[in-house]
Amino acid sequence: MMRSNAHHMGMRTKTKISNTIIYIVLVIMMLIWLIPFVCILLESFRIESTGKVGYVIPKVWGFDNYISLWTKTDFPTWYLNTLIIGLVVAVVQMAFVLCTSYTLSRMRFKGRKGLMNFILVLGMFPGFITMIVLYKVLSGVGLTNENAIFGLMLVFTASSGMGYYVSKGFFDTIPKSLDEAARVDGATRLQVLTKVTLPMSKPIVIYTILTAFMAPWGDFMFARYISHLTSKGMTVAVGLQSWLNTELMTNAYYTRFCAGGVMVAIPITLLFMFLQKYYVEGVTGGAVKG
Amino acid sequence: MRKLTDLEYLALNRPRKILYRIGLFFCGIPAWFLRLILAIWGYIKRFGLAIKNEVLDIINTFRNGSWKTRVSYFIMGFGNVSRGQIMRGLLFFFFEALFIFYMVAFGGHWLAKFGTLGDVAPHDEYSAVYDAYIRVNGDDSFKVLLYGLLTIFFIIAFIYTWRLNVKQNRIAEEILSTGKKLKSGKDDVKSLIDDKFHKTLLALPLSGIIIFTVMPIIFMILVAFTNYDGAHDGYSNLFTWVGGANFNELISGASSNGNLSYTFGEILSWTLMWAFFATFTNYFLGMFVAIMINKRGIRLKKVWRGILVLTIAIPQFVSLLYVSRLFASNGIVNSLLMNWGWVSQPIQFWKDPTLSRIMVILVNIWVGIPYLMLIATGILMNIPQDLYESSKIDGANTFKQYTKITLPYMLFVTGPYLLTSFIANINNFNVIYLLTWGQAVDNPALTTSGGNATSVDLLITWLFKITTGATSNYKLAAVIGIMIFVVVAIISLVVYNVIPSTRNEEDYQ
Repeated sequence: MMRSNAHHMGMRTKTKISNTIIYIVLVIMMLIWLIPFVCILLESFRIESTGKVGYVIPKVWGFDNYISLWTKTDFPTWYLNTLIIGLVVAVVQMAFVLCTSYTLSRMRFKGRKGLMNFILVLGMFPGFITMIVLYKVLSGVGLTNENAIFGLMLVFTASSGMGYYVSKGFFDTIPKSLDEAARVDGATRLQVLTKVTLPMSKPIVIYTILTAFMAPWGDFMFARYISHLTSKGMTVAVGLQSWLNTELMTNAYYTRFCAGGVMVAIPITLLFMFLQKYYVEGVTGGAVKG
Repeated sequence: MRKLTDLEYLALNRPRKILYRIGLFFCGIPAWFLRLILAIWGYIKRFGLAIKNEVLDIINTFRNGSWKTRVSYFIMGFGNVSRGQIMRGLLFFFFEALFIFYMVAFGGHWLAKFGTLGDVAPHDEYSAVYDAYIRVNGDDSFKVLLYGLLTIFFIIAFIYTWRLNVKQNRIAEEILSTGKKLKSGKDDVKSLIDDKFHKTLLALPLSGIIIFTVMPIIFMILVAFTNYDGAHDGYSNLFTWVGGANFNELISGASSNGNLSYTFGEILSWTLMWAFFATFTNYFLGMFVAIMINKRGIRLKKVWRGILVLTIAIPQFVSLLYVSRLFASNGIVNSLLMNWGWVSQPIQFWKDPTLSRIMVILVNIWVGIPYLMLIATGILMNIPQDLYESSKIDGANTFKQYTKITLPYMLFVTGPYLLTSFIANINNFNVIYLLTWGQAVDNPALTTSGGNATSVDLLITWLFKITTGATSNYKLAAVIGIMIFVVVAIISLVVYNVIPSTRNEEDYQ
């Protein structure tokens, strides 16, 4: 009796110790993950110096950086550019991705396997090499530099059918018998899609829209190349990076960069938190089914 | 190596089993290559056979067909119109008319120049109007290459359509001879939302892919065989075909501007090293974090997860640029370290060749763990809990449970994901570029070997640098692009053949 009790006690202290260690590790981790963001937030409120300083907590607090960000710089243009691109890309990409993934998942036609393999091989080329020729062609019709948002919309959406994998994985899990039942009842393929499949596809539709909308906010490479450092055509990523290009720029714009970062992060984070459930479903669904 | 029977294999002890399997894998490589070559040969043979059948069918249709069919060989759509399928017939006819018009008006010109990519350089010409020599534009090699390529595409599309037109005549004759009716234009439109619905759905996405991905990629593959760069921009100075010279420059090192093969070798090996570390550190640490948070008895699970997921939402460029400046030589980290007297000189986090490599991997862990935590949590929850219960009764400790249950399950489910994230890391532009941009990393050997690369550059950031830099070395960029493709393709092929396929798309339907 005594022995088993002691054994029990041993187990419990062991669990306690391991749990305490885990708590300590988790707290340290959370600090590491959060500190940079807290620093950005704090530095964005600093007034006494616009450059880089060796400390984090401002000596004089205020909203000056935010005010000058919106009134004295090109930031509003960049913000609007990115917002417009994001909205258009979200809609078009959703349509393209759903069309492609639905077709490849639910329909059997000649050349389906071949098409999927072809897209797989295409995806092995780095997307950026298409930029060199696309830039020349787009600038030939005036869709780069100051009109870069239109060029970027095309570049982001045109080939988006290639990213059908996650969404196809979702459609693969919807039982085919539903389609067949509807077909027996005389529904056309179009009706099967709109009346049977789409109403069940809310998670994947929202996931697709969310990822598509967020992509232009984070993309740097394409936006930088298509806008060619013309301020009017930049997105927030390119614009804010341009403020840190040189030491001289950094000294003048560092705190504004922080404020800009906060302005970009707030809406995206809110949106993400709001739709987190769908994102998790999409990501893990994609991981489970490749 | 002798292949063991099942019984013999089971009789081996553990290390020997593993050795046997590794040996089997390497012994299998020649046979695997042989199979690959045979498969390719099979494709070529089947392709040849298909072409032969097509040609035979075209000849036979002409021989056996009615006069309507025969006229359709020259006037596309004639057969359709004369048999009452007006809409199809007119589409065919207009396509043919457009093709002939295009070829006569433009296509022929571009095709003729395609072999040389233009032969008229800009030059001065005497003008009687001004009584002076004025500058005249010559050919533009870029346009010649682009329009030449488009013309070739158009010709292929025409041949395909023409073949379709012939086939439709044969089918129409067959249907009519059995006494049935042909489809009307109305039926055609209706079938687009029904049994031909896949064509409707794929039309726009596929055209997008062809115009914005397929054509540019073929164009760039062609560019790899030209001398297109800043000095040969096409209009002020023509560029032309140079064969495999660019590949030669990159591989053998015989280069006009330094020793490019050294740069390429360095960057390629670092790219692979980076992809390996970036993928697996994230994978295992992310899984570890997920397991820690998932552990029974840990409270505030939602808070821990929520904080990590929050960091996914914040756009990467914000955090990466900020972290980059945090660790800069005059950044906060160095100021603090110097204030505390721990170092006397600022640490060159981004400039030291080795330290910068370690730093980008560490920061990448910081960026990547939340994603992996999210994915791993979802999968861990799917592992049947009774597996753990029964293993506990059998006396397995936590570590044993991890290696025998959790890890195999995770690896099995996320096999394909590991491959895609490895490839994504090969092309991980943002982390490297945003962290180390403008912080010229010191590596004398790379500086002198040409190509303007640094020791943290991946193939993709190098590609970006040489296309946006002063030299605009497009030909080299094209070659590097092809090299990235080759690397990715080889890795994918090997992995697909080694890991058991975890996925069958018909499983759930």
